[in-house]
Amino acid sequence: MEKKILEVKGLKTYFYTEDGIAAAVDGVDFEVAKKETLGIVGESGCGKSVTALSIMGLLESPPAQIAAGEIIFKGEDLLKKSDKERRNIRGNEISMIFQEPMTSLNPVLSVGNQIGEVLRIHQRLKKQEAADKTIELLDLVGIPLPERRIKEFPHQLSGGIRQRVMIAIALACNPSLIIADEPTTALDVTIQAQILELMKDLKEKLNTAIMLITHDLGLIAEVAQNVMVMYAGQIVEYADVDRLFEQTMHPYTIGLLESIPGVDLEIDRLDVIKGLVPNLYDLPQGCRFHPRCKDARTVCKEKEPKLYDLKGHKVRCFKYSGTW
Amino acid sequence: MGLFQYTVRRILFLIMVLIGVTIAAFIISNTVPGDPLVANLGQTAMSDPEIVERYERRWGLDRSLPEQYLIYMSNLLQGDMGTSIRSQRPVIDDLKQYFPATFELATLATLLSIIFGLIFGIISAVKRNKLIDHFVRAISVTGISMPAFWLALMSLYLFYFLLDIAPGSGRLSADFSGFSLQTGFLIIDSISAGRFDILKNALYHMILPALVLAGATMGIITRTVRSSLLDVMSQDYLRTARAKGLNETVVIMKHALLNALIPTLTIFGLSYGNLLGGTVLVESIFDYPGLGWYAYISATTLDFPAIMGATILIALVYSVMNLLVDVTYGIIDPRVRY
Ligand SMILES: Nc1ncnc2c1ncn2[C@@H]1O[C@H](COP(=O)(O)OP(=O)(O)OP(=O)(O)O)[C@@H](O)[C@H]1O
Ligand SMILES: [Mg+2]
Repeated sequence: MEKKILEVKGLKTYFYTEDGIAAAVDGVDFEVAKKETLGIVGESGCGKSVTALSIMGLLESPPAQIAAGEIIFKGEDLLKKSDKERRNIRGNEISMIFQEPMTSLNPVLSVGNQIGEVLRIHQRLKKQEAADKTIELLDLVGIPLPERRIKEFPHQLSGGIRQRVMIAIALACNPSLIIADEPTTALDVTIQAQILELMKDLKEKLNTAIMLITHDLGLIAEVAQNVMVMYAGQIVEYADVDRLFEQTMHPYTIGLLESIPGVDLEIDRLDVIKGLVPNLYDLPQGCRFHPRCKDARTVCKEKEPKLYDLKGHKVRCFKYSGTW
Repeated sequence: MGLFQYTVRRILFLIMVLIGVTIAAFIISNTVPGDPLVANLGQTAMSDPEIVERYERRWGLDRSLPEQYLIYMSNLLQGDMGTSIRSQRPVIDDLKQYFPATFELATLATLLSIIFGLIFGIISAVKRNKLIDHFVRAISVTGISMPAFWLALMSLYLFYFLLDIAPGSGRLSADFSGFSLQTGFLIIDSISAGRFDILKNALYHMILPALVLAGATMGIITRTVRSSLLDVMSQDYLRTARAKGLNETVVIMKHALLNALIPTLTIFGLSYGNLLGGTVLVESIFDYPGLGWYAYISATTLDFPAIMGATILIALVYSVMNLLVDVTYGIIDPRVRY
């Protein structure tokens, strides 16, 4: 891979709540290279969105606080920047697409206003220039009749079109990194396919680096170069796509893969990963996954495994410690 | 249906409301015990048969009630609301004289309550649960729960007797009594005449009653703005706005406030009606010669033509305000379907 544009080191994002401290992201390291698509997978609540929002600087504090770590974007630590400097990066050099297209657009502002706004603040475009560029963007994301759409309001648009508008907003300033947090989860299956097709197209045209958060391993297999699997706030496996799918190591990832319909395995599907995601306020001793792990041994209950690096394929499991 | 058709339909509706108001006012003034002649003409006029006859013909007193109503309405449409018993002038002239004073006062009070209500509501929501929030909320609760007459008396006592900085009664000080009114609206007349000393004096006379009138409304607006802003601030689209790199002022003042204003607008309309009602009390206490004061005097002297005139006018203003609010609603909120 070429030069990295994002490097996250030892990121710890904690929530300080009445129930205690939740380490939603608990020591996460990864990189994103130029033009790379990094897939992030994991069950609900494992800290994918919190990781993304930490990079964006969009977590509300309190309760959230970045307790440790560095987020190095183009060589500079975002966490050391002022609010103003971070605002200039947000929506400009790093942008984000959210899961909920139905509620992510402002109901009282026109589409043109909501897209044009980004161009006016970051690129200082005049009203007319911004309007022209907005029409180009709508065209780029495959919205028919952009001249008319620009005057419409979110309630007049379908979910798929709204998500296309969100993508247009994200693309407006030619960002070097787009974080897409489950961009298709909330959409109908047919619309999902269209949006994915669009994202793949755009990816080829624009070559932006993408962090793609999803539950859909099939999608990852199609578009990502590298994959990061998260569990209870930590990375449990990291590898390039081929190795992750062909030489899957972590029992959790194996469980996730087995739960994809269409993968032939003689296990009762409902049984693949037993139990629930652990409670962040009351994490199990030892390996966080051990209560649900078919292969767990005594050592798993007693000690926390570190992330073993096997020639770039990283895995947090004692099976690969060399002493299993 | 577009905004235009909606507005037309609302105006038709407003006309129906006004017809209802006139019927109600008419029936009430007819069910009041006593001879309408006695009630309307007074003792001296009663003894003159010519006046009595003229009066009976003009108001169709020998006809049935529905006919009388139609006659009343046709007179009303020609601007004839009868003659005030007390002032012995056409009611319409009295209303023309007193209405501008109240309209100015109520508008100033509304502006004050909207401006302070918005500012306080925004501060309170943005600094939720901080000291300033508690302070602002205490002020708004005070505004809401203090009866207007008490606020009026207390402020008179404080500013007039203790501090001696309040102006006397009326709309202007005696020095300016020669100033001739064009529109009847002092703010407009003084500005168009370039007399800023008069403008200042008029505002000086208006400010205390306006503040007293504004108190409750301001409290209610503060509360509504606070709660609807808090509601809006947890919405996904605000996260989108922040993700665009907008600064917090734009996020709050553009993306949040526009949405929060929607539930608040209804309050603006309703409170204008409350304000008009409140003028009866506040104008009497401050001895400010407006419609409220006129309504009060007319009521205490059983001056029925004047009472009816004032009632109809207040109902008209109130309905027009609510119409304006509803139309604005449709402009701010694109989701409104008519
Ligand atoms: N505002 C908050 N206050 C307290 N805890 C929070 C808050 N937001 C998130 N968390 C905690 O952080 C954890 C990680 O949440 P996150 O949203 O990152 O999960 P996710 O991996 O994105 O899940 P999903 O797939 O459902 O989107 C959750 O378990 C939750 O308990
Ligand atoms: Mg999430």
